[in-house]
This record gives sequence, structure tokens and C-alpha cells, in this order.
Amino acid sequence: MKIACLIKQVPDTETRIRIKPDRSGIEESDIKYIVSPYCEFAVEEALRVKEKAGGGEATVISLGPDRVVEAIRTALAMGIDKGIHIDSEGKSFDSYATAVVLANVLRDRGFDMILCGKQAIDGDNGQVGPMIAELLDIPQVMIIERLELTADKKGVTATRRVAGGGKEVYEISFPALFGCEKGLNVPRYASLPGIMKAKTKPIEKLKSSDLLNGALPLVQWANYQLPPERMAGKKIEGDLAYQAHELVRLLREEAKVI
Amino acid sequence: MTNQTRSYFTEEHEIFRKSVRSFVEKELYPHQQEWEKSRSVPKEIFKKLGEQGFLGITLPEKYGGSGCDYWYKVAFAEEMTHCRMNGFTMDVMVHTDMTTPVINRLGTEAQKEEVLIPAIKGEKICALGITEPGGGSDVAHLRTTARKDGDDYIINGAKTFITNGSRADYILLAVRTGPPVTAETFQSAHTGVSFIIFPTHNEKGEKTPGFSVGRKLEKMGNHSSDTAELSFQDCRIPTKYLLGEENKGFYYVMNNFQGERLIASIMACAGMKLMLEDSIKYGRERQAFGKPIITFQVWRHRLAQLFTELEAAQELTYRACDLFNRDIPCVKEISMAKLLTSELVNKVAAECVQLHGGYGYIEEYDICRVYRDVRLLTIGAGTSEIMREIIAKETGL
Repeated sequence: MKIACLIKQVPDTETRIRIKPDRSGIEESDIKYIVSPYCEFAVEEALRVKEKAGGGEATVISLGPDRVVEAIRTALAMGIDKGIHIDSEGKSFDSYATAVVLANVLRDRGFDMILCGKQAIDGDNGQVGPMIAELLDIPQVMIIERLELTADKKGVTATRRVAGGGKEVYEISFPALFGCEKGLNVPRYASLPGIMKAKTKPIEKLKSSDLLNGALPLVQWANYQLPPERMAGKKIEGDLAYQAHELVRLLREEAKVI
Repeated sequence: MTNQTRSYFTEEHEIFRKSVRSFVEKELYPHQQEWEKSRSVPKEIFKKLGEQGFLGITLPEKYGGSGCDYWYKVAFAEEMTHCRMNGFTMDVMVHTDMTTPVINRLGTEAQKEEVLIPAIKGEKICALGITEPGGGSDVAHLRTTARKDGDDYIINGAKTFITNGSRADYILLAVRTGPPVTAETFQSAHTGVSFIIFPTHNEKGEKTPGFSVGRKLEKMGNHSSDTAELSFQDCRIPTKYLLGEENKGFYYVMNNFQGERLIASIMACAGMKLMLEDSIKYGRERQAFGKPIITFQVWRHRLAQLFTELEAAQELTYRACDLFNRDIPCVKEISMAKLLTSELVNKVAAECVQLHGGYGYIEEYDICRVYRDVRLLTIGAGTSEIMREIIAKETGL
């Protein structure tokens, strides 16, 4: 069985985000990067599926600048067999361009299962996975919280979480793409022996410019700005009737939302 | 101040660092309050640490270690501070830096088979037994005796302030095998000290007769640490447990102190970084006279001063690490790092409590715990006074 997992390196959630002076993006120099948590679920699931299938090969793929090699190595240290780094060559990619590049890498490599996060925690778009599936013309299920290999190992039963605590259960034959949700598994830590072993695992280097096939991003970024600082709260005191009256007045006259 | 920009650390060190942090944040920190309160950490945690390869970072692969350079150890120690339990961290460091490396360096193959391999897995826990009720820094004159009787040693005496004391499977015990300390032998007393790997249980799992763990000591801080008094009454231990050569123990202990002092310096620096970060975060939120207290010049300047001193202490420590890693003699540099960092960490803790104001005096804020915990650092692993003596001697004064 051949499994691909797609990962994205994102700023740590504790990072204090600063905007570049020309507003073209965020200041990247001071940022600590991590693997997006949903992508970590994808890596862990790839390892578990491989273990349950009793063999196979798992490949981790990431698009980005040189720093993403660290994220790839981390996945290799967790137990993934090999990596592919697609150099973004200093360019920004929207969901569509990312999907085109990744689909072109995945095509013709014969992957049975493609795993990704349900979304990355930086852009929170949640589009790349479904777009890849569409470009490759394979089925996809996003927001999965359970994945079971079928007895013949030619497909899976995937459980997708939907609103209100509901669940949808899919039976799907390979090849297929899955977007992982929290709760699917608990990712293992990269152990020190694993990190040592990862040093010698292969990482294939590709260039994004060779994989775009003329596709252009559909989104353009005009400028970035930080959300306004939160103002101090206002406490309304007095009897209930007065509080309700005052609240309505403030919502109408000050906040202008009703 | 990020570590990525320091040339000592490579990409692999950073991957390891993140892995340790993630482990610490998910497996240790969530239990911090509980373990600080119950004044102990479950023994099983050592196994979890072992599974991740954290207990044999620099030890040979042959015994289950990873054979890595010392900078991996540095990354591990720095990230461990984020569990916010100086006590438990000390328990781990006694195991990884004060005992197992000594067994690796001096032990026989049989000793390594019995002790080192399970210790790296976290299945067995090691303690270091040097300090006695009557003396700490004065190792040469320790009074616990080991008298040879056929193929055994008969051990009598007491040890105190022993980290991991109540749960250790093996205690690296400093004992007197030479003549008792008298007026005549006082000057040469250091030539009568040996190291014995004391098993607290025999092969059948029964407690070694004559060995007992006294009360758990009520400490000022480091509450999550297991610290005990031990007593030995006619304990019969086979001579195969002698570590290294007989009567060379004093030199082994002195040598061993280097790793202990260095790791203490590393942790002190990491601890300072953490408490300064906490304080800045608090200072940004806390308002006084209509603005965050961090914006007052008095705090900006005081913090700038502390960051400067920390940076200097950190680089001195890293320099000692670099020498230690390359096996270059560095007693002077390590003693200087230990002296400087342990004094500075107390000053920084006091300033950070001050910045927190009344809340710094309340247990809900971590700085309250840290202030107590770091007080040990100018005392444990050799006092500041002893450090100054060593530095004076090393400088040729």
C-alpha cells in the first residue's frame, strides 16, 4: 500500500504576528514554525494504516521554502519512509495553485491513499484537499474522525463528523483522499532514535515552477493588517429592566449592530 | 533570544527540541499542579521518558542510548523546564546526568547489563548517595563505611537530601573503604573513598536487609522531587557492585560533579528565560495608572538589564558546554557557569516576583513556585562558596 501525507508548516499559535512595513505579508524572521496540528493527525494516521496493513510505504510531501525540510524530517523521525520537498521558490501560493502543484506531484505515483489535514491553522481555508481530489478525479472525505481499513485492504470505512454531533459513514475504494480531524488519533512524538534514523531517509527535491503547468493563483493579496486592538469592555449595572434597556440602546446607538 | 540563531544547534537538534517540548506540554505540564501538591511524580513517567530515548541521549547505542552529542542533552534540559516542575526535572537529571554516565564510564560489562540498560529504558531509577547528615561538600570526610567481608561489603551509615531516594532501584553510594577519619588520617581521608552501586532490592525483589528509607523531607521548594533520608545498617552487598577501583571514589565524585554542575547551569538559564517571558506577558496585561506596567521605563530598564545579564550567563554556559562536548578540560568554566547562573537565577526570580506585585506572592502564579525552587541552586551540586574556591584554585590564586 502506498500512502501520501501532505503537510504544511505554519507559525506556532503562540507567535505574536507582525505585519511587514509594506503590508505585503507577515514578518517571518522571528516566527517559530510548527507542523499544522491537523497535518500531524495525517502523519500519524499514515503510520497507523501502514502498521495495520502490515507493510507499505508512506511518503510525506510539503510545499514551501527551505525551512519546511525540518517539518518533513520531523515526519520522517515519526516513522514516515521518505519525503518530497517542493521548493516554493520565494513565491506565495493560494489554495488553487497549491492544489495544482501537489496534484501534479501525486499524479502517476500510484498512491492508494492520500491523507491531509482538514485545514491548515494559518489560512484556515480547508480547500487544498478537496481541490486535489477534484484535479486527480478521485473521491475525498474531509473532517474524518475515524478510518478503518476494509478486510481486503482495498478501501476504507471513513467516519466524517457533521454538525450537531451527527456522523456520516463512507465506504470508499482506493485511491481516495482524506482530510483529518482532531480525535482521529493522538500523534506520536518523534523519538530521539527516530530522529537519528531520519537523517538517512531520502528527501526528493522538486521545484514548484516545474509543476504549475501555467496555472496562476486565483487569489491576490492586496494588503495585510492586524485586527484592531480589543477595546475595554463595558459593564451595565442596575436592575434587570434597566440593564436590558441599556443593552439595546448601546447595541443600537454605539455598536450600531441592530 | 532564539536558539535557532546559535551556531551550536543544527536542524536535528531543533526537531528534537520540538519533540521534547511537545512531550513536556502534553505528558508532564498538565499534571504539574497535582504532582507538586502530592509531592511526587509517578514512577511510570520514567518509562515514558525512556521510550522517547530521553534517558540515554549521549549514552552508547550498545546499551540502548542514542550516542548523540551533548547539544541534544542541552536541548532536552532546556525544554524540560517547561514542565514547570524544578523538582521532578532534578529527579530526571540525577538519573541522566549524575548517575548513568558514571556507570557508563566506570562500570563493568556485567554492571552495565544489570543497571545501565534498564536505566536507559526508564525501568530502573538511579540515585546518587553522597551527602550525609554531617557533611555535604566535604566529600573527603564522609563517614558511611563499607567493610570488606569475604566477597561482600558490609555497609553502615546514613545519607540525606537524596534525590530519587525513596524510589531508586540503585544508589550510587559514596562510602569509606579506607581507614576511619582520625586526626592522623584527616589529610589523606580522600584516598579512602569508593563508589558502590547499591541495589535497594535483591534479585528476588526483596528489600536489601538493613536498608531503610526514612522520612520524606519537607523542603522549601522543589516539591515534585522525591528527596529522602536513607539509612544503612549492616547491609551486605556483593563486591561485584564496586564501581571502578577501590579508594578512587573521591576523584570519581569530583569528576562527576562537572556534568551535574553544567546541567544545573543550563537549567538555570532556561529557567530565567521562562520566568522573564512569563513576566513580560504579565506586564503587558497588568495595568497601572492607565497603562500596562511593561511600558513604564523602570520596568523596561530593569528587564533590559536582566536580559543582558542572562545573555552573558547563557553564552558562558554554552562555552562550557562546547568544551565539555569536545572533552576538553573545563572545570574552571563549568564552576564559573554554575556560580554565575545560580546566583543570577535567584536575582531574576526576585525581580520577577516584584514585577508581579502581590500576585507574585500567590501560588496561582508560577513565579511564586519558581522563587522557592531556585533557592536550592546556589547550594546543591556544590555551593557558591565551593565554586569560588575552585575558581580561585583553577585561576592559580
